[in-house]
Amino acid sequence: MKKVSFAHMGYSYLGFKQLVEDMGFAAIVPPSPSPATLDRGVQYAPEFACIPFKMVLGTYLEVLEQGAEIIITSGGVGPCRAGLYGMLHEKILRNLGFDFEIFVFDPPLTGLWRFYSKLRRVVRGAGLSWPAFVDVVRRAWAKLKLLDALEQLASNTRPYELKRGETTRTFHDCLKIVDQARNLKEIASARQECQQLLQNIPRDPGRHPLKIGIVGEIYVMLEPFMNLEIEKTLGEMGVVTHRSIYLTQYTATDVLAHGTMDVRQLAYPYLNQFVGGHGQNSVGETILYARNGFDGVVQVAPFTCIPEIVAKSILPRVSQDFRIPVLSLTIDEQTGRAGVETRLEAFIDLLRERREQMEARPYAALLPGY
Amino acid sequence: MTLHIGFPTALIYYSHFPFWQGYFNRLGVEIVTSPPTTRTILDDGAREAVADACIPIKLYHGHVLTLKDKVDALFIPRMVRINRRATFCPKFLGLPDMVRATLTGLPPIIDLQVDAGRGLLGLWPTCRGLAELLGFSLGTAWPAYREGNKHQRAYEELLRKGYLPLQAMARLRGEAVEAPSRQPGALNLAVLGYPYQVYDDYISLDIIGKLQKMRANIMTMEMLPPRRLFQLSSRLPKRLFWHFSNLVIGATYHYLQQGDIDGIIHVTAFGCGPDAMVDKLMELDVRGISQGKVAYMSLSIDEQTGDAGVTTRLEAFVDMLHQRRENR
Repeated sequence: MKKVSFAHMGYSYLGFKQLVEDMGFAAIVPPSPSPATLDRGVQYAPEFACIPFKMVLGTYLEVLEQGAEIIITSGGVGPCRAGLYGMLHEKILRNLGFDFEIFVFDPPLTGLWRFYSKLRRVVRGAGLSWPAFVDVVRRAWAKLKLLDALEQLASNTRPYELKRGETTRTFHDCLKIVDQARNLKEIASARQECQQLLQNIPRDPGRHPLKIGIVGEIYVMLEPFMNLEIEKTLGEMGVVTHRSIYLTQYTATDVLAHGTMDVRQLAYPYLNQFVGGHGQNSVGETILYARNGFDGVVQVAPFTCIPEIVAKSILPRVSQDFRIPVLSLTIDEQTGRAGVETRLEAFIDLLRERREQMEARPYAALLPGY
Repeated sequence: MTLHIGFPTALIYYSHFPFWQGYFNRLGVEIVTSPPTTRTILDDGAREAVADACIPIKLYHGHVLTLKDKVDALFIPRMVRINRRATFCPKFLGLPDMVRATLTGLPPIIDLQVDAGRGLLGLWPTCRGLAELLGFSLGTAWPAYREGNKHQRAYEELLRKGYLPLQAMARLRGEAVEAPSRQPGALNLAVLGYPYQVYDDYISLDIIGKLQKMRANIMTMEMLPPRRLFQLSSRLPKRLFWHFSNLVIGATYHYLQQGDIDGIIHVTAFGCGPDAMVDKLMELDVRGISQGKVAYMSLSIDEQTGDAGVTTRLEAFVDMLHQRRENR
């Protein structure tokens, strides 16, 4: 049985694990990213590659040492560098003497035939028929959707929790339940069970938490280790967070289709050009969050990420025009948790102050002369 | 009164300026370029531009600042594609928007898109748009477009003959400049990198001049026909996305095949996104293909890089190559 592995991105590894195992391969589940993983990646990666590149390289080194023979990953169409990662990772790893096969899947719309022939090689290698493969994909997709829904529910619950840390604990229990669910029926009942668990967390409904939108680059946004668990940190500071990217939603709109046009259209007055990655989305989504009454936006971006640098230079203007505070966090291997937490705390203080002032204004109008 | 349009002496200046000069001159529009880079220009740019940007982008902001009070409009084309093979770096794609969002008090920015990826018309759609915008008829725009092409062709011809970009532009202006001749027996060095990084004497710390003083023959990617470079760049399992990166990689393969090259120097800017990939690919392939016969050095330059440091590194590299030759 071939041993197959993949990159670690957020909690999606549960979905991919199921996909690979259902296809009849042995899944080498990538270990959760740790400073050690990152160190190994940094050692062999180019200095100015962005942190996802280094992290994924470190992950590959770990899974290859555990005996992975096939790596499956996603490609891209540029001009973001991520589209070339597969190629460069392969070159670096081969140069280090590893022997393995790597399948890099570019979005199907950029080359249907290439996508199909690659997929056929994988499916044939697994000895599956096409209908059986479709079934496998449907199960994995259902699981990924469930994971996204639970993450969203958890970040909506966290600011109301009475006992700090309870939501995160429950969420991790949920992950175990989801991991056990193997077919569509089990996944559906896991959904019921987990939603119940999260809803039963004792909470204080009287709170009036701030709302912060998170925009930026997909990998640092989805991988809690990379963004220093920004959602948990903010949640426990009493903030409802909403991420602009969830994996299944992103796959449906950007990988299989041509992107979320409404977000891009919002960005047009500021950035009238697709610049790769999520650059244009970051601008458009900030505007969207401002319109939907969010209190602030946090942009998370890897150091040297080109599309996000373009977005970062434009966001101050957007922030001014739409009166929404924006905090840009650039993340690299030197970023420390304490530094990020301090900046987030300061940002939240600012938002609280701002909200109080805005709420005070109507009363001022009621009582003229005071 | 003639219209004055500003063209910053940075980024695409070194690769495409002759076209735009030819075009605008024929239309009767005065084109104003910014002075060569100085410390002040770089500092101004670095202060205004977003901190994570690479030096060439910061420098561009600086050049825009020197022009902003002298001209009626700024010409910052949005370079998307000039052939169907590759796009430009995302920072080029977002350049007009970055400049507009970052700097204040600017004259109107002409940010027409240059996207010659689809048709055979090249830059004509952009030129037509420009003419409409500035109020010229298409009948005057067409000869101007032809004129621009003529200038660009003459320029590229000179580059292939071994002129460096600034020399070639001086030659086009009618100055008596001669291309450096090749000296037999001297070291052959390929200096590769993006034109806006290598040929800006200030931010490149005049690497080419320094090497020439050390009596080395310099080869650049502009001395080769772009078509060949693109052909060679498709040797990679997946073609790079970016225009200049493909040229650099193609030139690397070309000079590796050529066989008489002693060393390849890659000049790159601190924080350059595409170069993180290109540099690693070059490093692995130069070592792999030449079996260690060609030496490789990567010079990364930022605002703080000192002249003395670069000189020392270049001297060491050249000394090492001399020694290698003797031992062979």
